[in-house]
Amino acid sequence: MPKELLKGNVAFAEAAIRAGCQAYFGYPITPQTELLEHMSSRMIELGRTFLQAESEVAAVNMVYGAASAGVRVMTSSSSPGISLMQEGFSYIAGSEVPAVVVDVMRGGPGLGNIQPSQGDYNQVTKTAGHGDFHPIVLAPSTIQEGIDLTVLAFDLAEKYRTLVFVVADGALGQMMEPAELPPMRETAPDRPAWALTGAGGREKNLISSIFLGADKLERLNQKLQAKLAEIAASEIRYEEFFVDDAELVLVAFGTAARVAKSAVQALRREGVPVGLFRPISLWPFPEERLYEISEQAKGFLVVEMNAGQMLQDVRAVVGRRYPVEFYGRMGGAIPMPEEIDGAINDALAKLDDSENKVPLEAGNGNVRNHV
Amino acid sequence: MVTLETTFDPTVETVVYERPESLADVHTHYCPGCTHGTAHRLVAEVLDELGLRERTILVAAVGCSVFSYNYFDVDACEAAHGRAPAMATGIKRVNPDNIVFTYQGDGDLASIGAAEIVHAAARGEKITVIFINNAIYGMTGGQMAPTTLIGQKTTSSPFGRDAALAGKPIQMAELLAQLPGTVYSVRRSLHDARHVIQAKKAIRTAFQAQVQGLGFSMVELLSSCPTNWGMTPAEALDWIRDNMIPTFSLGDFKVAPELESKKRRR
Amino acid sequence: MAKGRIVIDVERCKGCQLCIEACPQDVLDLADDLNSKGYRPVVLLDPEHDCTGCALCATVCPDGCITVYRDIPQSRREKAHA
Repeated sequence: MPKELLKGNVAFAEAAIRAGCQAYFGYPITPQTELLEHMSSRMIELGRTFLQAESEVAAVNMVYGAASAGVRVMTSSSSPGISLMQEGFSYIAGSEVPAVVVDVMRGGPGLGNIQPSQGDYNQVTKTAGHGDFHPIVLAPSTIQEGIDLTVLAFDLAEKYRTLVFVVADGALGQMMEPAELPPMRETAPDRPAWALTGAGGREKNLISSIFLGADKLERLNQKLQAKLAEIAASEIRYEEFFVDDAELVLVAFGTAARVAKSAVQALRREGVPVGLFRPISLWPFPEERLYEISEQAKGFLVVEMNAGQMLQDVRAVVGRRYPVEFYGRMGGAIPMPEEIDGAINDALAKLDDSENKVPLEAGNGNVRNHV
Repeated sequence: MVTLETTFDPTVETVVYERPESLADVHTHYCPGCTHGTAHRLVAEVLDELGLRERTILVAAVGCSVFSYNYFDVDACEAAHGRAPAMATGIKRVNPDNIVFTYQGDGDLASIGAAEIVHAAARGEKITVIFINNAIYGMTGGQMAPTTLIGQKTTSSPFGRDAALAGKPIQMAELLAQLPGTVYSVRRSLHDARHVIQAKKAIRTAFQAQVQGLGFSMVELLSSCPTNWGMTPAEALDWIRDNMIPTFSLGDFKVAPELESKKRRR
Repeated sequence: MAKGRIVIDVERCKGCQLCIEACPQDVLDLADDLNSKGYRPVVLLDPEHDCTGCALCATVCPDGCITVYRDIPQSRREKAHA
């Protein structure tokens, strides 16, 4: 298929449609509203299901309903709306129905603003709702990748009967880039055997997340944990850029990774030994590969558009043996390559000063926030 | 002289009532005398009579009826508290040929779920809602509900509901009747046999509204909670008659022309 | 008057007594014994065959415990089944 100039939100929506999404329920919230709007015309044109719900609370529960009926279904929102949906996410995870969610993150906390941010990292990777579960979380850094990961999201959701998030930020949602959409897939003709379709000719089906007895609920949780372990073993995705001989490895995802890449590219032209490790699956987090890299690197610089959320995951992997510096912007600000440049130089200087292996105290943020 | 000819017409013992098939063969956890059981039975009878069981999907809600899915032989799911109308919307929109109904109590429908029920009705979702109004929160041990009567003592209105503090009870059947997508919104009671029979007719009409694809249908059923009201089952039914009906009047608040009864009403 | 009888599922019955309240013929009462759940179920006590099979008991029973039989003239029954 030829490349087209596409707006991120529109690309994610159309990718979902090409992937066979049969139902979309959502609510307007900047900076992802174009996704809802695109769905509102295309889904109706195609005779599929579209509904603008009265709230994000309602939207996620409509998703839960359609997912229980066994159709490919998604919703999209942004940070405050994702908070509202968390109850629904937990129910979807506990009852093991597949669903896809696009989170186009914005500045927070609270009402925040409509600028791009990565402030939902903890919210979506740690659990996205109450109880023990993890959605699969995929983070594109270009619109093409967003398209590809949205299609993948539906496949993973169905394969594992789980929740899959595609997390972008407002910049990715709003920008336009040339990208290629996949051809239209057939929507699945049959519903899965577990779905709610009417109990004629078979035992009745039940989709539920309530198990009053501790033994039953523990068994469900063991089953969910086993599923997560299977996902963690098979669905790790990342990209490496000049990592093999890097002394300082930047770790970043999404838009922050694009900016970090520019900084790394420029410094490499000057012979500075830096590289970029870009997780694409934020959950499962690519711990093993990151740890392998840490054997040959001397230090890390995490760049995020938040106060240091993935930072904690990086620190957990490489432990206290390696310095892990941080550079972040918050409140919707996007770092510029020059700023990363500055942070890299500071980090490299620190590596030279110490004999490495400076233990970092717990809670000592090393957060640099430029106002 | 007039001779009467009689033909020999023996009587045969015939079943005139038995447990409906759509009701699962299990014992319920409901308290003795709780009219949840009666409401379940009526819905099951209607599903049997209209031949709907095999294509019906129940969206269970949160309250004493949280396990209602165990009591009906239909496909079912468990919604989050208050969200059943949204979940039902999601199901019905992708499964338009299924009969989708929610079964909700007064906390679920009139408190936390107030937005979801209003919008489902406004959109005219082709679902049927069975609303059990017993003026209290049963499952959590007897707290005040949006439908609790003024002066009624509950565990969270120990001095009796005070309108100045907590407002007055909400009349959902009237409220939902105002919305454009509602085709049937009525209130009935379960406090005696006569009213139970009338309730069943309303439930039947509500499901027929969905079969005919007309729009949103709801039956509000005045129900008892003997345990949390602190009464015997029989006393509780009388309490409905004497105390609830003055606030929650029985009647039809919205009936689409296609659903109107041909019978003359007294 | 029509003759009838009822059968109560004593294990399902919770002894709520709503059927006793509803019965116009006063042929229902609580048993002396308990069922396995610890309830005194309701039983039919109808030595005079006063039960008419009106089914008001079954109408009010919250647990669907009651099956109601009524003696119906054969002709009417055949018509009903036609």
